[in-house]
Parts: sequence; structure tokens; C-alpha cells
Amino acid sequence: MLAVVALILAVWYAAAVWMNAPWVYDQAVRAGETVTLAEIVPATMGQSRPVLPAPHQVAAEVWKGVAGQAVTSKRSLVYHGWVTLQATLYGFVLGIGLGVALAVSIVRFRVMEVSVMPWAVISQTIPIVALAPMIVVLSNAAGIEDRMVPKAIISAYLSFFPVLVSMVKGLRSPDQMQIDQLRTWYASEAQMFWKLRLPASMPFFFASLKVAIAASLVGAIVGELPTGAIEGLGARMLIGSQFGEPLIMWAALFAAAALAGALILIVGAVERLARRRMGVPA
Amino acid sequence: MIWVPLHPGWLLGALVIWLALWGLNIRLAGQAGRGRAMAAAPVLFGLAVLVLWEGVVRAYEVPPVILPAPSAIAVRIAGALPVLWGDFIQTVIKGALTGYLIGAGAAVVVAVLIDRSPFLKAGLLPVGNFVAALPIVGIAPILVAWFGFDWHSKAAVVVVMVFFPVLVNMVAGLSASERMQRDLMATWGASYWQALFKLRLPAALPFLFNGLKIAATLALIGAIVAEFFGSPTMGMGFRISTEVGRLGMDMVWAEIAVAALAGSAFYGVIAGIERRATFWHPSQRS
Repeated sequence: MLAVVALILAVWYAAAVWMNAPWVYDQAVRAGETVTLAEIVPATMGQSRPVLPAPHQVAAEVWKGVAGQAVTSKRSLVYHGWVTLQATLYGFVLGIGLGVALAVSIVRFRVMEVSVMPWAVISQTIPIVALAPMIVVLSNAAGIEDRMVPKAIISAYLSFFPVLVSMVKGLRSPDQMQIDQLRTWYASEAQMFWKLRLPASMPFFFASLKVAIAASLVGAIVGELPTGAIEGLGARMLIGSQFGEPLIMWAALFAAAALAGALILIVGAVERLARRRMGVPA
Repeated sequence: MIWVPLHPGWLLGALVIWLALWGLNIRLAGQAGRGRAMAAAPVLFGLAVLVLWEGVVRAYEVPPVILPAPSAIAVRIAGALPVLWGDFIQTVIKGALTGYLIGAGAAVVVAVLIDRSPFLKAGLLPVGNFVAALPIVGIAPILVAWFGFDWHSKAAVVVVMVFFPVLVNMVAGLSASERMQRDLMATWGASYWQALFKLRLPAALPFLFNGLKIAATLALIGAIVAEFFGSPTMGMGFRISTEVGRLGMDMVWAEIAVAALAGSAFYGVIAGIERRATFWHPSQRS
């Protein structure tokens, strides 16, 4: 895996030289000079507005954004990441709640299954970004000024579905033998749920959380794009795009990637902890 | 007293129809039969939601700049068909579909190539899995800067978004055939290519379609998001962002309806092809 990462970096450097070289040529022609290959390569590594920034430029920009500012500064990636992270977590919690509630009612009531389940599937085929501006307008009309709310709704919209699907599968995973066993003990419907179905669904639940947290982050970032947000990693990308500052875009992109990786790792760690507490051998 | 409706009749009527449709659904659900009755239930549910929406908007006289009634949106769709069609072509056909075909095709080819080298397979899969979980929409502004405002940049965003989910699933699919089956191929003296086409590619199809379905929903999102970063004066993302600015909410909802329809149809077509192509798989037999 390290070899592959090294390979990707090498390809990236080569591509940076290749894509940034025309600008160097252009400058040289205007100045009436000729450049040799040995001069081009270093010149493609440090441009302020490169077509494709070299990896070390992006790393420097990320470092500047993380460590070079006070964390409360508008230029700090930590600050923007925190804004996005908050929306992600609100949406994640909201999505889990919605997904679990729907799954429970779908498993309990057949009418919910036949009429709501197909719409849950359809809801995911609708491009959420088309809905995003409407969610902003509607939440403004409802008197909600907080910009966090529409972002959290969008990220919940994306993250409830994996939870719903897995929980429906998980709540139905106890086999007939186990259900019969509880019946012989004269268990009520509620006892059946709390003592058998819910514990049985936990592995499915945790598996879906990893998908859901990644979807939440995508939702929060997408939610920042069309909503005129001025804070957050998505807004940072938009600003970089509008002002023609590629380095800002790349730094925001990598900050988002790092955030996604960290969130997935955390969810994985929580999953392992919960499994151990529930007595599942690792 | 904001909760007192201005026209209680509309609200009452809508609630009565809602309850009637819901009751019908409960009866449908009670029947053990499958097939047509089961298909009717979600349609009735959708209808009930639309009726309630219409009733609430009329009863409370919700201004159209906040939430237009479904009937108003339908009128708008009928009146703006040429514009909607143009946006559909620009975003869905040129942007999303082109990118989807290129991205998915490239992913399948790369997966077959990777599969031949254990080194690449061991190294690329974790990276691919990681990238598939990243917020790839973030590259939209970069690609718009590289490929310009027209549909080429949208297709490029879609290519990148679609590539990794399909790649990861296809690589997993290529190792889905069992040891015994591969040994059988070997005893028949099948070449690499024969084994690939007669055994391993068909065995990979359920995995491939899983990736293709995930990618189908991503493709439209990618194409629309890329339009927020710059586009010619047409396209669904462009229309949505400009009409929101002009408070033309009925037009925005019309675009949402088209996007929803296109997204569901796209998904439906792929699910249909899947049913035809992988009819032998347990998940399709029910």
C-alpha cells in the first residue's frame, strides 16, 4: 500500500510538471527567452496559481491553514473544518434517529413497509443538491436563521438511508427458532424487540454507521455549495474557485479528505468497543 | 394564532383524503398477495402526500415564493417544457450520462488489469476503498477550472465520482468465482481470456451492478454540483441557482421534479438491466 501511495505521488509530480509547463513556456516566449527542461521542472513546482499544484505545495498550504493561523481565524482550516464537522455530526445524529425510527416502524407495521419503503429508495435516487437551495429557503421561511440547520438536514437526508436499510435487515435477522424460543417463554412484542431483535441488529447497525458518516460529510459539504455559506470547507472550495486560487481549493479538499478518514476511523473504534462490551469475540 | 388555517375546508378535505388513502393502504398491506396491490401502495402514499401538500398550501395561503402548491408546479412544468428539456439534455445526457459511461467503462477495464497483478490489487484496494468514501464532489471546482464551463467539465467530475465505487466493486467481483469453478476451467484447458469471459466476468456481474447502482445516483449529483461552479446559461444546476435568486420557486420545483424523475429512471433502467443480466443470482429470485 505504501508503494502505491508513493507511485501516486510520483505520477502526481510528473503530471504537475506536464500541466504547469505550458505556462512557463508562455512566460518564456513573452520574455523572448528559451528555456531548457532543467529550468522548466523547478519552475513548475512553485507557481502561485498552478493548474495542478505539486503535492508539497498542497501540503504546505494545508500546514499553513492548520498551524499557521489562530484557530479562530477566518483563514484557518481548523475553523472551517469545525463548522463543517458540526453540521456533519448534527446530520449524522439526525439521520441515525430517522433511520432507526423508520426501520422499527417498517419492521413492526406492514403498511409502513409497503408504502414508505419504496419512497425511501426513491428519495436516494433524487439528486439532493437539487433540493438543497429549497431546504435553505424553507428553513429561512420557517424563521430559522441558523445556517447549520439546512446543512444538517441535507446531511441527514443522505445518511438516514444506509442506517434504514441495515436496521431493517438487522431487526429481521433473528431466525424462526429464536423467535419461537421467546414465544415459548411467553415474551410480549416489546420484550421480543428489546431482548432479541434490537441486540441482533447491532452488527448491522454499526456496519451502516461507517457508510452513514461518510455520507453525512458529503451532505454537509454539498450543503455549503449552493447555500451561499461563507464558513466551512465547502464554502472554502467555492471561494477558491471564484477567486481563482487553486491552492485554497486543494487545501480544503485535502482537509475534507482527512476529516472523512478520521471520522471513519473513529466510528470503527466505537464499533470495536461496543462489540467487546456486548461480548462478541473480535 | 399562526396555526389557525385561513381556509379550513381545504385542510379538512386534504386530511379526509389522506386518511382514506392511508386506510386503503392498510387494507392493501393486510392482503397477503403480491404483485399489483403491492405496487399500488407506494403510489397511493405518494398521492396522499401530494394531496396533503396541496391542502396545507391552500388552507394557510402559503406564499408561492416559499412553497408553491403541486398544482402550480404542474402548470409550470407544462408551460416550460422546452426549457426543461434543454436543461435535461445539457445536464443529464451530456454531463451525467457521458461521464457515467466513460467512468464506469474505465473502471471495469482498470479492474481487469489490476486483477492480473497481486501487487496492485493488494495496494490499490485500500486506497480505492478510502477514495470511494471521500467527498469527491470537492474536486468539482478544480475540474471546472481545467475543462471550462461547458458539459465537458461536468462529465469529467462524473467520471471521477463514478470511477472508484465501480472499481472497488468490480475488483471484488472478479474474485467472486469459487476456487472449484476456476479449477474446473483449468482442467478444461481454458486460456486466461476464456476463463475471464466465460466464468469470472459473469460471476462479477452482481458486484458490478451493485457499483453501477451506487454510481447512478452519484452521477447526477456530480453533474449538478459542477454546474454550481460555473456553467453555460443552461443546465439544471444553473437553472436552480438562478431561479432561487429570482424567487421563481415553481420553476425550481419543476427542475427538482425533472431531476427526481431522471434520477429514478436512471436507477430503474440499471436495475432492469441487472434483472435481465443476473437472473441466475439468488438476490433476483424471489
